[in-house]
Amino acid sequence: MAEELMLDLRNIHKSFFIGTPNEFEVLHGINFTVNKGEFVSIVGQSGSGKSTLMNIIGALDRPTEGEYTLDGVDIEKAKDHELSALRNKKIGFVFQTYNLIARTNALKNVELPMMYAGMSRGERTDRARMLLEQVGMKDRMHHNPDELSGGQKQRVAIARAMANDPAIILADEPTGALDSATGRLIMDIFHKLHEEQGKTIVLITHSPELSQETERIITLKDGTIMGETAGNWPAIKAKEGM
Amino acid sequence: MLFTENILVALAGLKANIMRSLLTMLGIIIGIASVIAIMTVGNSITLIVNSTMQELGANNLEMGVSQKSQDSGESENGMNFGTGYVRDMTDDDLITKDMLKSFKEKYPDDVKYMLISESVGQGGQVSRGSKNANVKITGYNADYVKFSDLDMVAGRQFLNQDYEMGKKVCMVSDKLVERVFKGDSDAALGQMIEVKTGGDYYDYYIVGVYEYVANQFSFGASDNPTTDVYIPLETARIANHTQNKGYSYLTLVTSINTDNDTFANTVRDYFNVNYYSRNDAYEVMVISMASMMDSMNTMISMIQLALSVIAGISLVVGGIGVMNIMLVSITERTKEIGTRKALGATNSSIRLQFITESVVICIIGGIIGIIFGILLGTFAVKLMGYEAAVSIQSIIIAVAFSMAIGVFFGYYPANKAAKLNPIDALRYE
Ligand SMILES: Nc1ncnc2c1ncn2[C@@H]1O[C@H](COP(=O)(O)OP(=O)(O)O)[C@@H](O)[C@H]1O
Ligand SMILES: [Mg+2]
Repeated sequence: MAEELMLDLRNIHKSFFIGTPNEFEVLHGINFTVNKGEFVSIVGQSGSGKSTLMNIIGALDRPTEGEYTLDGVDIEKAKDHELSALRNKKIGFVFQTYNLIARTNALKNVELPMMYAGMSRGERTDRARMLLEQVGMKDRMHHNPDELSGGQKQRVAIARAMANDPAIILADEPTGALDSATGRLIMDIFHKLHEEQGKTIVLITHSPELSQETERIITLKDGTIMGETAGNWPAIKAKEGM
Repeated sequence: MLFTENILVALAGLKANIMRSLLTMLGIIIGIASVIAIMTVGNSITLIVNSTMQELGANNLEMGVSQKSQDSGESENGMNFGTGYVRDMTDDDLITKDMLKSFKEKYPDDVKYMLISESVGQGGQVSRGSKNANVKITGYNADYVKFSDLDMVAGRQFLNQDYEMGKKVCMVSDKLVERVFKGDSDAALGQMIEVKTGGDYYDYYIVGVYEYVANQFSFGASDNPTTDVYIPLETARIANHTQNKGYSYLTLVTSINTDNDTFANTVRDYFNVNYYSRNDAYEVMVISMASMMDSMNTMISMIQLALSVIAGISLVVGGIGVMNIMLVSITERTKEIGTRKALGATNSSIRLQFITESVVICIIGGIIGIIFGILLGTFAVKLMGYEAAVSIQSIIIAVAFSMAIGVFFGYYPANKAAKLNPIDALRYE
């Protein structure tokens, strides 16, 4: 099977300018690719630059240097409104802090990306219901975020990430704020999306244990890739008989 | 589609911070309320003034003797203030009976009535035993009585000789008869009444009783209203010792086909060319009620506008308050803005969201202001004893204006939100 590239990062550098002339380089030349349908984890200690990297992958930020192609789109050349469209249609974000919109119920939160995509009200409500059902949140869809537990919020956030059927899901420490049982539930949802829908997923985590659950592990240390190893997912999958 | 969504988001935000929202709206509420109140009061006064003038006769020409204006040119509305004072008015400057007679002969088709009246004393009282009634004595010429079109309950109106000889006869109201003659009009006829006004007493024989019609603007039905004791003009002039003088002021009722603005000039020219050309200080001035009404209305509108502009300043203050709260709200919701951008919101959709929010605040404030303004204005007009007339136009303008304030003062904060860098916004703590 010819592998198709989803992400292609070449020599990515990222510096922050905390008051000139103080230039502070966080990423020092990152190179890696992710194929379509892969479940990859990026693991590293806190402060190693994982979130900075994810922001670049998610087209929320531009690299200071280097080339980055997402699903065939050259990010460097894209204009701001093109990046908006890209985030809207091709990327599904899952944040550690859920980032649900306050005072807006689960259903409306899931509808939001579809609304920005210009989908009609009926269509997007139907799809939002379906997505919430997939993550087991159908009975809570009219609840506002402040009426939901952390795990429930994260499930809504995953449903929202799936709203426009994105090419890739980017999850930055999605279980970081959850207890292990709830974290397990969230991981199971990612596996389901990966196995059943063939979604490309990039999971960012500081936990080597969690990273073992993926197909490939990219280890980040102080803004440099230390190496790539295969994850244990195929073995776990076989054992659990999924 | 995004539009209704934005309104719902804005309303949810307002609901979450009701106190803050209300305080923010306060400037708008006060501003709009005062403008609406001013407009309501102004509007009502205009209507009242107009209908009063209409009642007095919009087809009337008021003419009188006034000082000669130095420029002697056209005086638009006859209002010349303090120009060229020469001397006090004397009896020689007045309009005489002869002048009026030849004038009417010259323009028989245009002049329907020449109304002349003269009151005797201030308000007074008619007493009979323990009973009394409030009255006002006014002498009217024959034209005036005809023009008044009284409904007679008993007796007759004045005869020619009553007018000519200044007989001591009168017509009283059925109200007076009710109070003083136990309502027996026939018994009242031929009786003499004594009217006390100031320190003076005047006696008149009752020849007729007319039906009293309450003035629509005299509020509160008093059981002792001041009614007119009609006497012939000449009788009043004898009482006032003015019987040999001319008139300084009278009203011309013109026929329906007469163009009053033109005829006003004709009348003025007639008198001034024929009788006042050699007068060193005085001339005849003629004002048409219609043009007086116009200038009155213009004046009220000007006052209204000036007051509204002052009230409008609080709208600007209110707008700045809205802008301030929008800036606070955007800072508070920086992370939300970042999230929306991550989910694909474009700059313009973020801008639209916050402009909508600011417009919603202003429109709600505007509507509350309109309600308060109408209540306030109505209350004020009622206090003056009249019916309030709310101007629909001012309500539409108020809504449009609050919307404009929302857009104007919401634009800067909204634009600031739209331009936020997505990652900076997401990372904001
Ligand atoms: N906007 C920024 N301005 C300055 N420094 C930043 C910014 N974003 C991240 N950093 C720095 O970059 C480093 C990596 O941060 P981050 O990517 O969040 O690490 P991780 O997600 O792996 O914990 C940290 O030292 C952090 O202080
Ligand atoms: Mg991080």
